[in-house]
Amino acid sequence: MTLASMARKYEARKAPDRKVATSAMIASLAAEGYETVAAPFGHALVEQARGDDRIVGLSADLSKYTDLHIFAQAMPEKFYQMGMAEQLLMSAAAGIAREGFIPFATTYAVFASRRAYDFIAMAIAEENLPVKIVCALPGLTTGYGPSHQATEDLAIFRGLPNLVVIDPCDACDVAGMVPEMVAHNGPVYARLLRGKVPTVLTRHKPDYKFQLGRAQMIREGRDVLVVSSGIMTMRALDAAEQLAAENVDVAVLHVPTIKPLDKATILSEAAKGGRLVVTAENHTENGGLGEAVARELMLAGTHVPFRMIALPDAFLEAGALPTLHDMYGLSVARVVAQIKSWL
Amino acid sequence: MSVQTRATQRANMSLAMRAWNIRRKALLMGEVQGQGYIGQALGVADLLATSYFHALDYRPEEPEWEGRDRFYLSIGHYAIALYAALMEAGILPETELETYGMDDSRMPMSGMASYTPGMEITGGSLGHGLGIAVGAALGLKRKGNPAFVYNLMSDGELGEGSTWEAVMSAVQWKLDNLICLVDFNNQQADGPSRDALAVGEEAPKWEAFGWHAQEVDGNDIAALVAAFDTARNLPDARPRVIIANTTMCKGVPFLEQREITHFVRVEADEWAKALDVLEEGKPQ
Repeated sequence: MTLASMARKYEARKAPDRKVATSAMIASLAAEGYETVAAPFGHALVEQARGDDRIVGLSADLSKYTDLHIFAQAMPEKFYQMGMAEQLLMSAAAGIAREGFIPFATTYAVFASRRAYDFIAMAIAEENLPVKIVCALPGLTTGYGPSHQATEDLAIFRGLPNLVVIDPCDACDVAGMVPEMVAHNGPVYARLLRGKVPTVLTRHKPDYKFQLGRAQMIREGRDVLVVSSGIMTMRALDAAEQLAAENVDVAVLHVPTIKPLDKATILSEAAKGGRLVVTAENHTENGGLGEAVARELMLAGTHVPFRMIALPDAFLEAGALPTLHDMYGLSVARVVAQIKSWL
Repeated sequence: MSVQTRATQRANMSLAMRAWNIRRKALLMGEVQGQGYIGQALGVADLLATSYFHALDYRPEEPEWEGRDRFYLSIGHYAIALYAALMEAGILPETELETYGMDDSRMPMSGMASYTPGMEITGGSLGHGLGIAVGAALGLKRKGNPAFVYNLMSDGELGEGSTWEAVMSAVQWKLDNLICLVDFNNQQADGPSRDALAVGEEAPKWEAFGWHAQEVDGNDIAALVAAFDTARNLPDARPRVIIANTTMCKGVPFLEQREITHFVRVEADEWAKALDVLEEGKPQ
């Protein structure tokens, strides 16, 4: 029975003129011209674990899809296949951490944030154990629909005390966050970009290096300050180049650590007057970077024009990723159009 | 240290006396608060006495000693029972008994690792302990540490899916250093556990998953001792479970005969009466 409250999209369709395939994974995140690195997380973890016997890897039947298979192949004695059991994945990671190890536990962001939340909260975060949770398919990075689209993971995990939350932009961030996660003596949730991951930040700022807890200016600009995390920093940088051609000068402040938030840098940049402040995140408009930045601006009494680019408060459609990014405002073209509309 | 040596060293007092002391301390704590999971504490006292005074290796003065057997209390609300056992074992000072459940106490109503020496994990969100125990057992093996991990859970936790994830994983990893203790008192918040989910035949179920399973009368100390000895000395490369069928409120007949519920109601004037009744049954 279809209840009045239930959405249905049952109308018959015709074959499209142009075939656009649904992409499961992040194949087409980067704009043309960006170089890519294969499996930056897996390789960085192998590198880190060579000199650190505390590091072990665990996955819940998704090592191949979180690039942990690179680690598992290089160091099979340090890898634990926990099966398709995310609650166990998180509690076992807590148990191994209790015995002095630093477990990297990988799955998809939806399964960590939704299915395993209680175990992350009580077995890991409440005890402040050094478990590193690394999750693929963050936000809208798959066309598989809501079952795989982790559009509210940052909101969920920002609510957890002790937990550090990272939203990396590119291969530099993904590789760079691994040693910093190990150095941080506590639990971390990191979104993961996997497979062929573009190198973005060093192209715009050659000396860029991920620093846990630090927001960094990637590009200066007089008219607009974009405060962004994750892949939206990539989008913002591409949008800034297009807008420059139209004499709109856009600065981009990259905030890869969502929690703890680098309030000082955000506030000091926002206070450099006269700029429209736009947050951009690959996440629902509820409870993510945009709301976090807005709160800090309000609390500091920093009154600036403020807009948010974020996913809507909705279960999103299935489809090809470029189509969906256009539909929901995450594409470069949409970012450009939105910023222009606000000036 | 062999099981026999350990038992001998602590044999200056009988296990029955230890269990009686645990019951008495739990009742005293219940009296302090005017409430507590006393039905469970009285029921599980024999299991805890056998754990702490026959099976477990530990150093009372050094609760985090690396060589200790780990004892996880998955059922956080049984804290009153474990506090009593930890006091009896000399890990917690008995002088703090009257702080139980009070503000600023080291003994909160639900067990938390950050508050209490000897409380290894923060239980209470049920279905967590066995999964953490799987990880700890893996970690101990990685370190070449021969200690055991014990996880004490309730029959109610058999309803949590996460328990069965851990059950399968423990077999997958051949965790012969993991001993699960199930306090089967057939009571959960809304009534008898067997009326809530089809628990079925317990031991065969665990056996079917690949565990070595024993089902014993959890208030029969001799049977518990034998079960622990079997579980500890089994040569098989598989995890072990002891399903202990216990009687709620054991040792205080007028409470045993009361209509048993998950949270046994004890009137203000009944705590002293319960202690008197317990006194009458004091082991010689």
